Amino acid sequence: MRFIEEYRKPEIQKRIYKEIQRKSSLLKKNVNLMEVCGTHTMVIGRYGIRKLMPENINLISGPGCPVCVSPENFIDTAIEISKKKDVMITTFGDMMKVPGSFSSLEKEKAIRGNIFVVYSPLDALKIAEENLEKNIIFLSIGFETTAPLIAQTIKIAKEKKIKNFFILCGNKLIPPAMINLLEEKDTNIDGFICPGHVSVIIGTSPYIEITERFNIPCVISGFEPFDIILSIYILLSNLIEEKYEVINEYKRTVKEEGNLKAKKIIEEVFDIVDSEWRGIGIIKNSGLKLKKEFENFDAEKRYEVNIKKYSKNKRNCICGEILKGKKTPFDCSLFEKICNPENPIGPCMVSSEGTCSAYYKYEKK
Amino acid sequence: MCLAIPMKVEKVEKDFAYVSIGNVKRKVNISFVENVKKGDYLIVHAGFAIEKLDKKKAIETLKILKEIK
Ligand code: SF4
Ligand code: SF4
Repeated sequence: MRFIEEYRKPEIQKRIYKEIQRKSSLLKKNVNLMEVCGTHTMVIGRYGIRKLMPENINLISGPGCPVCVSPENFIDTAIEISKKKDVMITTFGDMMKVPGSFSSLEKEKAIRGNIFVVYSPLDALKIAEENLEKNIIFLSIGFETTAPLIAQTIKIAKEKKIKNFFILCGNKLIPPAMINLLEEKDTNIDGFICPGHVSVIIGTSPYIEITERFNIPCVISGFEPFDIILSIYILLSNLIEEKYEVINEYKRTVKEEGNLKAKKIIEEVFDIVDSEWRGIGIIKNSGLKLKKEFENFDAEKRYEVNIKKYSKNKRNCICGEILKGKKTPFDCSLFEKICNPENPIGPCMVSSEGTCSAYYKYEKK
Repeated sequence: MCLAIPMKVEKVEKDFAYVSIGNVKRKVNISFVENVKKGDYLIVHAGFAIEKLDKKKAIETLKILKEIK
């Protein structure tokens, strides 16, 4: 991909940094820019972008890691189902270490062995076809990026009349979470770096409400360091000119209208419901649930599990505040000493894209 | 977790494409993307192509980058 190589030239990046410096002197106050997506958090950490920013520009990390925001009771439910007869649990690898209320999938695997990591929901479906005497449960997490793949997998399962495949549905939607953050009184966000791969699916229009209702510019950004630097530059320019628009920096991948086929299949298979986010609580209309005609694939319908509906927060873990961009891992008394990737207390330390994990790896003082 | 990487198409077969990046090869579902051809770059996430990389648009962004003085 030679045309991408071209972007990576250090001269180009240096020039934009210089421009960011210059623009920052025109700002009337300190600004907080939130990168919503955990993958952006990783890139910002790995390339030291946070530290390179002028003093009055603060990059804060948002709730954009589906692993981290899956609540304790999701893990608890998965574990309860894994104890039923003839069940195999399949999951994305990141979920294995996430602490539930009492245990994690990794610990339970050591006990019963019936929990398996897959790369794709299609792999989980294949396991179902090859193990007809078992019920295969796929732990369905992820944002709009992932929801269409799961919807497609369910449709394939239905076409093929596969009866032993189920999902435990914990899928979530990003724009309602962004709006929820802005509606809280004590969050202080001046601009959003919007998640590129969520936007591939949803396009630019869902962010318009945010710019119009809250007077906040939004830039959809790619994942190369230059993408992020350019996005910061665009946000600053808009803040200085008091223009509150949605700008698509990641045009090479994100179409204005999003991916229509993918959007359609989400609507076809899922209903929108209220959903619990770890550390944040219930956010209205921020989750997905299988529609009635697909409920034969719903693990919660197949297996009744009796666990507490709402999760309680882990003692002293401030993941919730971190997710909202109000605090950083350095504000957590457990960070590093007690909580680290080997022994994660909160979810933000588990997923490699978790804010705490990214800070542990890249931003230690 | 929304990590998705551009991978190059080597072969197309109905709903699937064989793609590669470096030494990694995968078979991915392409039902969300139209007109997939050999040599295209697909954005791949968890076994599916979620979009095709648009070279013309990529070059547009590059121009903007170069124009920032
Ligand atoms: S460092 Fe650990 S305990 Fe502290 S907020 Fe992060 S995940 Fe929670
Ligand atoms: S666990 Fe960490 S990275 Fe994941 S959403 Fe929570 S704060 Fe972000």
